[in-house]
Amino acid sequence: MRGWLITFAALAALIAVSLLLGAASLEGDGWLLLVSRIPRTMAALLAGAGLALAGVVVQQVVQNRLVEPSLTGAPEASMLGLLAVTLIAPGMAVAGKMLIAAACALVGMIGFLALAKRLPRDDAMLLPIVGIVYGGILGAIGIWFAWAEDLVQYLGAWRLGEFSGVMMGRYEWLWAIAALAGLLYLVADRITILGLGETQARSLGLNYRQTRALGLVVVSVITALVLVTVGAFPFVGLVAPNLVARWRGDNLRANLPMVAIGGGALLLGADVIGRAVRYPFEIPAATVIAVLGAGVFLWLLHAAPRARHG
Amino acid sequence: MAERRVLWLGLGLLLLAGAFLCWQIRAPYGFILELRAAKLGALVCVGAATGAATVLFQTVAGNRLLTPGLVGFDALFVLLQTLLVTALGGVGFAQIPSGLRFVMEVGAMGLGSVLLFGLLLRRDAKDITRMILTGIILGVLLRGASEMVQRLMDPSDFAVVQQAMFASFGAVDPGQLGVSAVVLLGALAVSLRLAPALDVCALGRGTARGLGLDHDRMVRIALLLMAAMVSVSTALVGPVTFLGLLTASLARHLTGTHRHAVLIPAAALLGALILVAGQFVFERLLGSASALAVIVEFFGGLAFLFLVLKRRPR
Amino acid sequence: MIDVQNLSYVVDGTEILHDVSTRLERGGITALIGPNGAGKSTLLHCISGLESPSCGSVRIDGLDPFTAPPRSRARAVALLQQSPALVSRLTVHELVSFGRWPHHQGRPTQADHDAVERALVAFALSDLADRSIATLSGGQRQRAFIAMTWAQETPWMLLDEPLNALDPRHARDLMARLHALSRDGARSIVIVLHDINAAAGWADHIVAMKDGRIVAQDASAALLTEDTLREVFDTPFELLEHRGRKVVVAR
Repeated sequence: MRGWLITFAALAALIAVSLLLGAASLEGDGWLLLVSRIPRTMAALLAGAGLALAGVVVQQVVQNRLVEPSLTGAPEASMLGLLAVTLIAPGMAVAGKMLIAAACALVGMIGFLALAKRLPRDDAMLLPIVGIVYGGILGAIGIWFAWAEDLVQYLGAWRLGEFSGVMMGRYEWLWAIAALAGLLYLVADRITILGLGETQARSLGLNYRQTRALGLVVVSVITALVLVTVGAFPFVGLVAPNLVARWRGDNLRANLPMVAIGGGALLLGADVIGRAVRYPFEIPAATVIAVLGAGVFLWLLHAAPRARHG
Repeated sequence: MAERRVLWLGLGLLLLAGAFLCWQIRAPYGFILELRAAKLGALVCVGAATGAATVLFQTVAGNRLLTPGLVGFDALFVLLQTLLVTALGGVGFAQIPSGLRFVMEVGAMGLGSVLLFGLLLRRDAKDITRMILTGIILGVLLRGASEMVQRLMDPSDFAVVQQAMFASFGAVDPGQLGVSAVVLLGALAVSLRLAPALDVCALGRGTARGLGLDHDRMVRIALLLMAAMVSVSTALVGPVTFLGLLTASLARHLTGTHRHAVLIPAAALLGALILVAGQFVFERLLGSASALAVIVEFFGGLAFLFLVLKRRPR
Repeated sequence: MIDVQNLSYVVDGTEILHDVSTRLERGGITALIGPNGAGKSTLLHCISGLESPSCGSVRIDGLDPFTAPPRSRARAVALLQQSPALVSRLTVHELVSFGRWPHHQGRPTQADHDAVERALVAFALSDLADRSIATLSGGQRQRAFIAMTWAQETPWMLLDEPLNALDPRHARDLMARLHALSRDGARSIVIVLHDINAAAGWADHIVAMKDGRIVAQDASAALLTEDTLREVFDTPFELLEHRGRKVVVAR
């Protein structure tokens, strides 16, 4: 109970800072608040929550705590799809782009799972390494295409997520994450059982493949939503679930809300730091979260006393 | 046998260099030759430095999947350079002669890598994958940190850093190339002198110490040499993560030996060969020079996955 | 009764099970023994319905585990795989509670809570209930997983080498516990064992396998002869009697 109180107090404080922080004065009729500050704050919260939830799902599916969506090639595969759309049908509606981005993310993750299957289980740290390299290969294909077709700017915007362009009318797609979060909460038990591994999950009568497919589709859609609206952010899906699990254990039915709040707060915090450090200029939230997240990741790797042996 | 293959590699590089210099050359010969020679020099230096540094690193770390680039050596260099500009100011930084500046950077880099990676190698020597992952994430951290520092800089200082960091093969500073070549040759010569000791080092810390080698000291020396070579390559062209992996695995495969007296020159020659050949094909034959780095990353990444999957069948 | 008919299992051209037919009667402990690669684990997985055989059929008290809906199957038979992996930082109580999932699918009733408590008591885990699995010793963790399988309250419980990685004390303790729990006849336990003496000491029936076939099957006392063991393991054994129990020693 106290944990929740502290969490909500911290979140409220962050939101207040985010609403008040900016180059323009807030005096007047609140128009600025409505059109720019509130959307920006909400976008960071929703994107962070979505990435954190996606991280939990991926971790349960591959039974490895050190993996997250951006370490499975999903964002890079998504970018490839978006590049193709930009080339072939630049005028496509946003919904169409989202759909293609999500489908490509799904294909990318299926490729990753195929690789993961061939790796030994006993070495938990090998999987994230393979994920990083796999993402790098997909990324190299993307860069090559972008160069050849003069689309480097697009790629840059996707690769380095930030919230400075968020305004009313430009971020509303992210609200779909709230719906997906609700869906995940409904199947939280099933997602936890996924983490027991295929044999054990099936012995408990779970339709393993169907549940895994549902999880992966949700992860792909979240990846696409975040990528198309605000760009990619590393490590959110890794840091938030791990910190919550260390603190409160791993029963998802009880902890999914905390994971979502943690991810949202993390990304909003990164955005606030990026805005505050060199006020009135901004550092992209993705850069801030890369430094913060890498730091936490290193700590998890070393301070964690054999965390993977659950 | 293995030595003869190294000779063949050297011969191949010479031929390729000749072709690179003289392919479809037109007047004014002197000017074009000079341009191409500078570019060739940079390619050879970068390739050789990366190849040799990777072999050294793999020996010290006891793992054939590691490259200095993968664990963030180049990121460390970029961060140091950024910090140096921040400390001295853009103007102050630009006023230091390029030779002296480079020596300063290499010095800082050597110190930084011994501190950072010496610690890492010592702590994680038993858990190789954890070490690789730590290195990769450390690389992300260092890259992110230097990006942050750059964003915090004065815009004019930032321009200086950018210029210093993203010098491409096209625009090589002859002064810097000269210093780089000297540093690289020195580092290579020392590595070759230490080759027999490195052979013992590759047996692992316990065995090496049992055989009377001061393993820890050897690791520090190797890290220093490596720091110098990575500085050379990063200062000239910027980060190339997977080139080292490609060359080191090819060199081991081609020579079929564990002897560093052969491996190091073979890897150095192969690195140079791959870069010169790649640049030649892309620039002269396909007309798109910028793609080379990406292609190297692509195939290097594939090579990495191949090695990982092959190393441990199911 | 588990009725296995003409079961074959081929993977990559290698026949792991060769035309296996057998009947396992209800009650007590049935041990599957045999040398490495005899097909014990594969047979166990096929019986549980989690691995589909190349041909042949399985009936668990009349239920076909391959075509039955997962939920009914999971209320007829429970399998614990060999050294189950777990990334989750679940507590013992949470893990054992998941054994009830086939019964309530996310909405536990009082009966489910009671079953979890019974399983915790049966495997002496009550004091550890709120500990995280990650902090347990190997023996305690194995007990927690078996308690989860126990809480599933299926007539049939299949355990794949549960003694793996347990020291002799914990192995004995676990076998004694399973033996005691299976006396009332409500649960039938099929267990793959590596250690012949564990089978000799605690199993009511033994099924001996070799090269994908069943070579002998009988009540323990009748099956354990020097001739049968030599045939199964291709190595001579000596059968001793110690305080009324059979002890097998390799010669």
